[in-house]
Amino acid sequence: MVACRAIGILGRFSAFRILRSRGYICRNFTESSALLTRTHINYGVKGDVAVIRINSPNSKVNTLNKELHSEFIEVMNEIWASDQIRSAVLISSKPGCFIAGADINMLAACKTPQEVTQISQEAQRTFEKLEKSTKPVVAILQSHGDTLAVSCQYRIATKDRKTVLGTPEVLLGILPGAGGTQRLPKMVGVPAAFDMMLTGRNIRADRAKKMGLVDQLVEPLGPGLKPPEERTIEYLEEVAITFAKGLADKKISPKRDKGLVEKLTAYAMTIPFVRQQVYKKVEEKVRKQTKGLYPAPLKIIDVVKTGIEQGSDAGYLSESQKFGELAMTKESKALMGLYHGQVLCKKNKFGAPQKDVKHLAILGAGLMGAGIAQVSVDKGLKTLLKDATLTGLGRGQQQVFKGLNDKVKKKALTSFERDSIFSNLTGQLDYQGFEKADMVIEAVFEDLSLKHRVLKEVEAVIPDHCVFASNTSALPISEIAAVSKRPEKVIGMHYFSPVDKMQLLEIITTEKTSKDTSASAVAVGLKQGKVIIVVKDGPGFYTTRCLAPMMSEVIRILQEGVDPKKLDSLTTSFGFPVGAATLVDEVGVDVAKHVAEDLGKAFGERFGGGNPELLTQMVSKGFLGRKSGKGFYIYQEGVKNKNLNSDMDSILASLKIPPKSEVSSDEDIQFRLVTSFVNEAVMCLQEGILATPAEGDIGAVFGLGFPPCLGGPFCFVDLYGAQKLVDRLKKYEAAYGKQFTPCQLLADHANSPNKKFYQ
Amino acid sequence: MTAILTYAFKNLPTTSKWALKFSIRPLSCSSQLRAAPAVQTKTKKTLAKPNIRNIVVVDGVRTPFLLSGTSYKDLMPHDVARAALTGLLHRTSVPKEVVDYIIFGTVIQEVKTSNVAREAALGAGFSDKTPAHTVTMACISANQAMTTGVGLIASGQCDVVVAGGVELMSDIPIRHSRKMRKLMLDLNKAKSVGQRLSVISKFRLNFLAPELPAVAEFSTSETMGHSADRLAAAFAVSRLEQDEYALRSHSLAKKAQDEGLLSDVVPFKVPGKDTVTKDNGIRPSSLEQMAKLKPAFIRPYGTVTAANSSFLTDGASAMLIMAEEKALAMGYKPKAYLRDFMYVSQDPKDQLLLGPTYATPKVLEKAGLTMNDIDAFEFHEAFSGQILANFKAMDSDWFAQNYMGRKTKIGLPPLEKFNNWGGSLSLGHPFGATGCRLVMAAANRLRKEGGQYGLVAACAAGGQGHAMIVEAYPK
Repeated sequence: MVACRAIGILGRFSAFRILRSRGYICRNFTESSALLTRTHINYGVKGDVAVIRINSPNSKVNTLNKELHSEFIEVMNEIWASDQIRSAVLISSKPGCFIAGADINMLAACKTPQEVTQISQEAQRTFEKLEKSTKPVVAILQSHGDTLAVSCQYRIATKDRKTVLGTPEVLLGILPGAGGTQRLPKMVGVPAAFDMMLTGRNIRADRAKKMGLVDQLVEPLGPGLKPPEERTIEYLEEVAITFAKGLADKKISPKRDKGLVEKLTAYAMTIPFVRQQVYKKVEEKVRKQTKGLYPAPLKIIDVVKTGIEQGSDAGYLSESQKFGELAMTKESKALMGLYHGQVLCKKNKFGAPQKDVKHLAILGAGLMGAGIAQVSVDKGLKTLLKDATLTGLGRGQQQVFKGLNDKVKKKALTSFERDSIFSNLTGQLDYQGFEKADMVIEAVFEDLSLKHRVLKEVEAVIPDHCVFASNTSALPISEIAAVSKRPEKVIGMHYFSPVDKMQLLEIITTEKTSKDTSASAVAVGLKQGKVIIVVKDGPGFYTTRCLAPMMSEVIRILQEGVDPKKLDSLTTSFGFPVGAATLVDEVGVDVAKHVAEDLGKAFGERFGGGNPELLTQMVSKGFLGRKSGKGFYIYQEGVKNKNLNSDMDSILASLKIPPKSEVSSDEDIQFRLVTSFVNEAVMCLQEGILATPAEGDIGAVFGLGFPPCLGGPFCFVDLYGAQKLVDRLKKYEAAYGKQFTPCQLLADHANSPNKKFYQ
Repeated sequence: MTAILTYAFKNLPTTSKWALKFSIRPLSCSSQLRAAPAVQTKTKKTLAKPNIRNIVVVDGVRTPFLLSGTSYKDLMPHDVARAALTGLLHRTSVPKEVVDYIIFGTVIQEVKTSNVAREAALGAGFSDKTPAHTVTMACISANQAMTTGVGLIASGQCDVVVAGGVELMSDIPIRHSRKMRKLMLDLNKAKSVGQRLSVISKFRLNFLAPELPAVAEFSTSETMGHSADRLAAAFAVSRLEQDEYALRSHSLAKKAQDEGLLSDVVPFKVPGKDTVTKDNGIRPSSLEQMAKLKPAFIRPYGTVTAANSSFLTDGASAMLIMAEEKALAMGYKPKAYLRDFMYVSQDPKDQLLLGPTYATPKVLEKAGLTMNDIDAFEFHEAFSGQILANFKAMDSDWFAQNYMGRKTKIGLPPLEKFNNWGGSLSLGHPFGATGCRLVMAAANRLRKEGGQYGLVAACAAGGQGHAMIVEAYPK
């Protein structure tokens, strides 16, 4: 629940998700083909239509790198020069993938903005030539389309859920740098183009057709005389060729009939005053949402504006320059780092488990249990959901159904698919069927003795190979495993709430956990669509442990008399998706108190900071946060603007401590929170709780809402400078003591400036 | 890989030539071919099994199949069904009280006569002591009616069963919207004026939008024509091949009609209209004319058109089935035995219409026959593309190995034995009634052309399929 919004943004990274090619076998060209062998691109001629096939060797996707680019120019020049060829079809020979976009590594290798600008300008020139081609070019899109396709005369896309179009560049802190900012507004209208480029949102094929992004849809074919994927590509090619011929013969017009609303919008956009208003509105919205922390969206607006107001030459120039500038920003480096980290955390480093988990059992149909059930049945896992009471079970089943039904409303599922997915779920009050379970995930109340009881009960009924996973946010797994007959099969799986929205899964291994158990847990998590970090057992593991000192600091700041609203705005303006005080309310004051007590015991003075008495008093008054309607704020159904809970005044007054003026500026307050977080994260790496900095960054951003523009705590240390951070920590240490003592690893990094977490 | 490609390529023109040839001279198979079945010895002499009752078709009839919206348009389904039943009574002169049971198949149900079998039977003058029920299984509903009857006789529950089917696409139940229905039901329950007013106040204009019966597959929301087009594309069936096959169907049907071979058709005096004596959907056209049509489902580049699809049809069929000893005791000379049958089902999305491919080898294996034993094939033609896709699937080792768990392909049914008197494309396809037409066509063809075994197969919505062996009754 914490970082839901940030994750909403980052979730769309999946725009870059690489699709596995399914054993595609290279076809022999039966048609007369220009037999010049190129590495990435080849083409053959069918009648008077050139069929250009893009297929980068040794790669799952085609990325727009330098070689591909130059080969593409070569091929196009040949086609333009040929008398025989009257039109062309452009297709990727990798099923389910067109061109996955610009090569990130190519951008990362550039040292100066000028280099990047140059890359952009080359691409711009090519695409402009393509756009103005006298011979029509039909692009075939499967899965992801991009600017290359947009510059073709006609686009044909496969109509399935895998096919998404969009301009995800903004999510990497850059902009569509090959003319996209100039072409899209003309194609789909200015407002829609802004929406696409500023959100990076994925657009499904049918929506893209309505918007005018694609001209024809082709539904994928089922089995025939060869594998469906292979035949579908062939069929797409056949269809595309008929359209290419039609376009060349002028039997088909590449222009689309626009709807009334579209025509009106287009007309309105010809009025300068309306345009100015649109720019202003969009800019205001962007500023409000990004709080000025992300430069890319503002530059995109700027570039689009330049193109429309000053002509496309100026637009192209501005696009390439801004592209160069953006690629060099810290924000872009941070976001690209997260992208790489996410790719890493989508792999199972333990290899394939010996036995695939097919039957899953979940104990406890609460918010977490039902959430886990939902993401499991969704992916075809047969799931038993057990609860102690019929009411509790019913609530959980309803939650799963509602989650699936919401997808139906968004047209991501049909009602029939919903029903058949829902039939994977069996709700029950007893242990019937547990003898077939391959994995049990318990999500019962966070109480060690209860977890012990459940573990013993379950071990009596499950088969030998069955993994027992505990979903807990703070109880050490080794303590839970202490009563197990088979501790090698016990593991921690820490999900984040709401499970269906939060992408992170923190898997906790104890010293006794076997490798196969870990492999099994990661495999299940990946199946559930999670981004996974694997950490060692310890109090609070990684995520909860990092959050604890920051929360403690939140209490101290409040005790020092900072208004919760002020605190919230300080944290959100630093880039956190949710304000610190709101975060406590969202997590639940009782949970926070629980964690604070547990970790306070484990880590002692270091986790001191604020007085946990504040939480204790809140709990005793029933101010449990959002769930009880009152916390630092008052929550009412249907009321958007939440008000401060005035009853908190007396509690805060009774625990008030004088602020220390030397560390109480707005910036200091922000840094007190962030440095305590970062310091603890680095300590987790130092202690071996974390295996890699990348996992630490992914965990912090995806699980806790650490500002994505900073790239996670480790990326932040690299970009901000370890020395500067240590200086700040020392300043706070002088004021407050041990909580801010920089850990050894951080100090090492400060001492040798060449040391970086990411080399 | 290349082999498959070139194979498919080579196959394209060949099949089309075939179809063309047969469309021109439908029955003129070479003397060799004609001689073949006569000389050929069957794998089995008969399919009779020890200790199991032989079940025979005494005879079967159908009303003329009409394009919906023509002469039957003012009737109700049970009216058409009744015409088939009275026709059967007339044809067989079976004493009404002998009939133990009546079963009808139907797909789109008229809500007033949801057990249309009973309503039709009462009206046709069958004994009110003869129970009747209605079954539904999409396009194989009549097949289900027949096999249900077979089951009743084989298990000794009945000796004489009437099975049939009916469909009236001229009128379909168009409902009020769910919201409007709810409002009307609530209004029904409201007691006081105040309650009524409060219910009425909830009315919104959009409640009046009607709800049409779904033409699409419920599970996938895809219309059948759309699925057929994708199926044809998956098997690389060209538009030309489809048009040629449709033309063949219409040409053969026309010939059969002209030569009076469609003897199962009984005249129907429609109240207030002229007597209908023959099917009215048979319209042989030319390939040029057909090529002009635009695709009906996948626009603008699909291949399934109105001309190469079966059309919406009104009609009914009925058939008298008996235990052999009963038929003989009553002095009948039966037309055929109903032998082994098989129902199959598969993926309703991508293999919606491949039922015949799956059912054919299974029923043959069950009966202990091979493709060579079959003298008359009667397959339901939903779409040209569907029939041709089934042909290609049956002729593909790759498909057999990857989707049917077989080592080798099933093999093509020889076209000269296939739907020789037309099919659903030309004769029409009243969903609930087609099954009986297929069986009667097979039985009548075996009598007319000579031969022992007929194979009936059909696909149906829901991704289901059916096949049955019909054995000619020895003359």
